[in-house]
Amino acid sequence: MNATTPQESAQITDAKKRYSAGVLKYKQMGYWMPDYQPKDTDTICLFRITPQDGVDPEEAAAAVAGESSTATWTVVWTDRLTACDSYRAKAYRVEPVPGTPGQYFAWVAYDLILFEEGSIANMTASLIGNVFSFKPLKAARLEDMRIPVAYIKTFKGPPTGLVVERERLEKYGRPLLGATTKPKLGLSGRNYGRVIYEGLKGGLDFMKDDENINSQPFMHWRDRFLYVMDGVNKASAATGEVKGSYLNITGATMEDMYERAEFAKELGSIVVMVDLVIGWTAIQSMANWCRKNDMLMHMHRAGHGTYTRQKNHGVSFRVIAKWLRLAGCDHLHTGTAVGKLEGDPLTVQGYYNVCRDSYTKQDLPRGLFFDMDWADTKKVMPVASGGIHAGQMHQLLDLFGDDVILQFGGGTIGHPQGIQAGAVANRVALEAMVKARNEGKDIKVEGPEILKTAAKQCGPLKAALDTWGDISFNYASTDTSDYAVTPNAA
Amino acid sequence: MMTNPTGRLTQGQFSFLPDLSDAEITAQIAYGLAKGYAWSVEYTDDPHPRNSYWEMYGMPMFDLRDAAGVLAELNDCRKAFPGHYIRLMAFDSTRGVESVAMSFIVNRPAKEPGFGLVRQEIDGRRMRYTVHSYATDQPEGERY
Repeated sequence: MNATTPQESAQITDAKKRYSAGVLKYKQMGYWMPDYQPKDTDTICLFRITPQDGVDPEEAAAAVAGESSTATWTVVWTDRLTACDSYRAKAYRVEPVPGTPGQYFAWVAYDLILFEEGSIANMTASLIGNVFSFKPLKAARLEDMRIPVAYIKTFKGPPTGLVVERERLEKYGRPLLGATTKPKLGLSGRNYGRVIYEGLKGGLDFMKDDENINSQPFMHWRDRFLYVMDGVNKASAATGEVKGSYLNITGATMEDMYERAEFAKELGSIVVMVDLVIGWTAIQSMANWCRKNDMLMHMHRAGHGTYTRQKNHGVSFRVIAKWLRLAGCDHLHTGTAVGKLEGDPLTVQGYYNVCRDSYTKQDLPRGLFFDMDWADTKKVMPVASGGIHAGQMHQLLDLFGDDVILQFGGGTIGHPQGIQAGAVANRVALEAMVKARNEGKDIKVEGPEILKTAAKQCGPLKAALDTWGDISFNYASTDTSDYAVTPNAA
Repeated sequence: MMTNPTGRLTQGQFSFLPDLSDAEITAQIAYGLAKGYAWSVEYTDDPHPRNSYWEMYGMPMFDLRDAAGVLAELNDCRKAFPGHYIRLMAFDSTRGVESVAMSFIVNRPAKEPGFGLVRQEIDGRRMRYTVHSYATDQPEGERY
């Protein structure tokens, strides 16, 4: 053990010493290189680390680099059979997190050779593998990453992308509208299809299965698909619009999911849905299937809150969104900022940018630490869903713009005059707000007045505003950007 | 008569609102021009939801940057096809978009009979669906 030698903080360059049997500090092994200039083809990760008491932050950063690439706990001579310098990840910068004692931002660079082409599973097995259980760290969080063009181009990305989705739907220049069928559990196929028909005929573009609707005793998946597609097609004929309902094909096995997807296709559905919990490999397989079958793929981020919500440990959702855009989904739940679920508005806008940008610019208040060129990867349509209602239309349009699906589940189905009236209220509120914005009105300020005026000619909107006008969910967010006094975090 | 809450075809950005006046249409055109879009006037008597290709009333007006000029084109089209559906479409040529950015209906036939749903029962409980426009039972030009 060399822990007390004078060299302990520096990389050992003498090969004989470096590879003699025993235990070295990660810094000594070459995982800390403060002079390293990342290459354009490197993947760069920004970790937030909380070292155990007494562990030097640079050594902790080097340990992260080591444990997420080539290192093991002791020196191995077999390193010398390889070009090990290029396989080692390099921690090259460490800074205290502003205002958060004990936590540090650590920048780590990874050579292009380290990750298999087009495999999120392989990349994540390194980046969030062993390292997140590593004892010298109390906690670690992958805050953001810069994925290089060279690696991005090995992924096919979204099966459809938001531009082509709009062309297939023939719907432009406004957010799309959706609703999740409620109650989540217990409806028979026949009762379920009723909700679909009413919502779509009333004016929504999409209806949606909930994340935990698969094939339970109260409703077999085939029953659901058959009744839902009858509702979808009836509504399409009643309105002259293309309509869809996200059929959740999540199942126990890939074989189950393929079977459900094929049935959805046979019935003429334009969209299928999976839950994030199916895993990266299954996601990429289903994206391939969707690409082959002209199908939109809706992604519900079920489960993400277990690792994205706490600031000190896990993976930021902006990173998950980057991975999902590469793995390939067309819709992604990205938060509402104003609804019932976690989300600081700026942080949430950062997720939206990751889904829709051609080139993501560094934007510290929004939690985006890196410039990143998406190299023409198709764009993901973000979905705002959870505890939002027509009375917030001006805020939602102002925060998220046109390329978003606004989902009003309770806000449609819970309308006092019925589901169709709920849908009408949302559609009228949306169209009135888009029109007013385009006319140059400051919707952030004039929004409530614009809604009130629109409601004069629309009873259902008036009833919606009377019911929910003042409802909001004002709790402090647990995940906000700690950018305030961060020096230039390139 | 269509039975959805508006009683009419609901394609486009503003079908749930009262018909836009010429002044309101001009404001939307000006918004699109400020964004750099090119406007186009299209008409049809076949408004099937999957009929992407309405007839072009001339080419997209790439070089016309004046909202009043676009409105004049629309009014010419209205004169020529008073009983057709007419829509204004804005094209965005930005790399990564290169598609339609806005689309809304600005003229409708007096009566909108809408669509029927044809169900073809096939094996098991499966169904093939066809959305059928009542109007297209008549030849082109004699539908509304």
